[in-house]
Amino acid sequence: MNTSSNDAAFVEFERVQKSYDGEALVVKDLNLSLPKGEFLTMLGPSGSGKTTCLMMLAGFETATHGDIRLDGKSINNIPPHKRGIGMVFQNYALFPHMTVAENLSFPLEVRKIGKSEREEKVKRALDMVQMGDFAGRRPAQLSGGQQQRIALSRALVFEPELVLMDEPLGALDKQLRETLQFEITNLAHDLGITTVYVTHDQTEALTMSDRVAVFDDGRIQQLAPPDQLYEAPENSFVAQFIGENNTLEGVVKEINNDRALVQLDGGGLIDAKPVNVSKVGERTRVSIRPERVEYNKDRLSADAHTLNAEVLEFIYMGDIFRTRLRVAGRDDFVIKTRNAPDQVRLKPGQQIEIGWLAEDCRALDA
Amino acid sequence: MTDNTANTASDGPMLAADGTTLKSSLNRALRRQKLRALMLIAPLLIFVLLTFIAPIADMLFRSVENQIVSETLPRTTAALADWDATGDTAPPEPVFKDLYEDMFIAKERKLHTRLGSRLNYELTGVSSLFRKSGRKVEDMGEVYQDQFEDLNKFWKKGENWNVLMGTSSWLAAQNAWDKASKTAQPTLEIKPEIAALLPQTAQMFTLFAEFVQVDENDNLAKEDPWAIVYSALYDDLTAGANVAGYSGEGAAELQEAAAAVSSFETVDFTAAFTKIDKDWASVDVWRTLQVYSPEFTAGYFLNAVDMQKTIDGPEMRPENEQLYLKLFVRTLFMSLVITGSCILLGYPVGFILANLPARTANLLMILVLLPFWTSLLVRTSAWKVMLQQQGVVNDTLVWLGVVADDSRLALINNQTGTIIAMTHILLPFMILPLYSVMKTIPPSYLRAAKSLGATNWTAFWRVYFPQSVPGIGAGSILVFILSIGYYITPEIVGGTTGTFISNRIAYHISSSLNWGLAAALGAILLAVVLGLYWAYDRIVGIDNVKLGG
Repeated sequence: MNTSSNDAAFVEFERVQKSYDGEALVVKDLNLSLPKGEFLTMLGPSGSGKTTCLMMLAGFETATHGDIRLDGKSINNIPPHKRGIGMVFQNYALFPHMTVAENLSFPLEVRKIGKSEREEKVKRALDMVQMGDFAGRRPAQLSGGQQQRIALSRALVFEPELVLMDEPLGALDKQLRETLQFEITNLAHDLGITTVYVTHDQTEALTMSDRVAVFDDGRIQQLAPPDQLYEAPENSFVAQFIGENNTLEGVVKEINNDRALVQLDGGGLIDAKPVNVSKVGERTRVSIRPERVEYNKDRLSADAHTLNAEVLEFIYMGDIFRTRLRVAGRDDFVIKTRNAPDQVRLKPGQQIEIGWLAEDCRALDA
Repeated sequence: MTDNTANTASDGPMLAADGTTLKSSLNRALRRQKLRALMLIAPLLIFVLLTFIAPIADMLFRSVENQIVSETLPRTTAALADWDATGDTAPPEPVFKDLYEDMFIAKERKLHTRLGSRLNYELTGVSSLFRKSGRKVEDMGEVYQDQFEDLNKFWKKGENWNVLMGTSSWLAAQNAWDKASKTAQPTLEIKPEIAALLPQTAQMFTLFAEFVQVDENDNLAKEDPWAIVYSALYDDLTAGANVAGYSGEGAAELQEAAAAVSSFETVDFTAAFTKIDKDWASVDVWRTLQVYSPEFTAGYFLNAVDMQKTIDGPEMRPENEQLYLKLFVRTLFMSLVITGSCILLGYPVGFILANLPARTANLLMILVLLPFWTSLLVRTSAWKVMLQQQGVVNDTLVWLGVVADDSRLALINNQTGTIIAMTHILLPFMILPLYSVMKTIPPSYLRAAKSLGATNWTAFWRVYFPQSVPGIGAGSILVFILSIGYYITPEIVGGTTGTFISNRIAYHISSSLNWGLAAALGAILLAVVLGLYWAYDRIVGIDNVKLGG
């Protein structure tokens, strides 16, 4: 959350701007700093500027304005090969004409490291990703997951303090992706490397990171640990982008400390926690997570406002039930309930009353 | 063995449902498809076979074909087989007599000059020797003809000869034949008893009749026999033909002649030929004839590598006559230089094209392709204007003070001119494959290399360049093979020192008309290209050649 420069900061972006064509800014006034050893994910839709930020950090793009600092030193004018930053690319970028061992040995060779030391480091790096038996293979003879492991160990073999990863798991199937997510975070933490990870997959971002920077429109919308990001989105973009979310629009009727009363456009009054609203009469968009919606009256506080809802659809998903409701004139209101033995299974057409804790419902910008 | 066959029969090939082997039933199923595919390519296949492969094969065949000698001089070459060519004496009289007969027939058929030109490739002077001999050979045997005709008027007339030689049935048909009817003349049939009695005469008369009837289409009854028929008759009679046992037409005249021949004046053919030209007495001519008697010869190929055929086997030509090896080496060397310059000039262009945004790249690509749309002749001629001593390049250099006005550079009509012009003309063939290969190398490889700590140069040399090698390979093969057989540009800007072997081939095809040598040179060129291709495949691997994708 600390956006100003700070002594512990290892990587720092200060007022960084980037434009490709001189007309539009791809990155607008970026301020970011991360301490040593942190795993930071840049998350955002495509075109949000996250990859550009990564490329500026790696040195493949130059910032139009602002300062990028690594370990306190400005790296704006340092060419990529002198930055000593490890990088994993989306398409792995393993050199097809070299064997796995030669690929790994490449960064060591250009650093003029002796042959025996080189071999030892390559072996260690391969063992680290359980690919020790594949040293003699060519990249084309490996599966996608194996190639990704090699790309990872190549980025780590020269022991960089900072590793950048540009959607490294994008081309893999779901199961493999999950295994590798786990492996990458473990490796990063075990080695104590600072990692900047770019992805557009929010699950990946939430499960892997210490902190997530949500990008949109060239700005960081929110920079927070995953739980905060999910539970306390600071604006409606973040609320929409991270996880599943119900949105209701309305006008603030009353504000009282951390409690706001919102008159919905579709009729009905609800309790919400004011986040981006400060005065009565302001338009707001309230956001409530599907699993925080309650329809069992016993579990709601007595003074809680409730809304009438009609069950439209009930979907059995195994571990959870997903129920679509018509609430305040909207057909896309979703609630999720755990598949517990005492759980009521709602039926389409059923009329229910729903409510929530005021702190779970966030009144954000309109 | 028998046990094995029994085994394979029991657990052998897979059987299809109808009991035939699976393989044959699959083949049957695919046959229709294959046939259809074949029919689709048939027009092109036939076109290529008829207009391309067959003429080339025929042309290459000429590089070893040598039937002209044994066909034109059949008796002489047969007789020469026994002659000892290592000695220093010309062949004996019978060979000269055979030469007289062969030469006479060849002269009548007007083939002797062609053979003369052919043998002139191997020994200078043979052409004029044959032409001269051809002119005088007709008079040589007339000694016998005159004596026969003096002996009896019977021998003077062609029709009398027909009566003597031909069967009665043929004679009747021949007499009934009318030239105006446009039908074929009845082919001469020799009487069996005459063929047995006068074998040489019969043979010569048959040749004569065939020439008159077929080649000239004149009425045999109205033509008088060749002089060699008379000399053959003289030979038959002096050889002791039993004319007394013959009782057919002309028996009386034959017996009269048989009695008279012993007192006939004879002809010394050796002396007669030597009188025409003393070269006939020299062993060189005869050696050449003997060496080139076989129907197939390696002579053209030896010639094409500056060697010659001698009675002791192949040996190098004298230094001052050597030409082709030097030309081959020069062709290969210059093609290599041209290929190298194309790589040097084309690689950066390909790199830029591959890394520019599509719009700009397309525009530049048009500039690269522009030469393809202008005539080759125009481009080459433009270089002539550019490179000559008073040309644009020299003028500019003089103006810049790089060279003095009185020492302008010779940039054309030499190797430099050929290399410059051909590098320019063949450059697109290098750029295009390079571009299409480079286009497939993702920029992330270079980035990855740099992020791993490589400098720009190391990243290029260790990561980008190895991946572009297939493009260099494809471009080099294209440029090298094209330039090794290039003709028009070296012809125009090459002068004498910048010409290729192909210019020599063209010379032999169109000027000296020594097609055999041209074919041999072409065959060697083809072999060199195939050899290099093979070597390339062994060293680089032909699957490493990419024209794109």
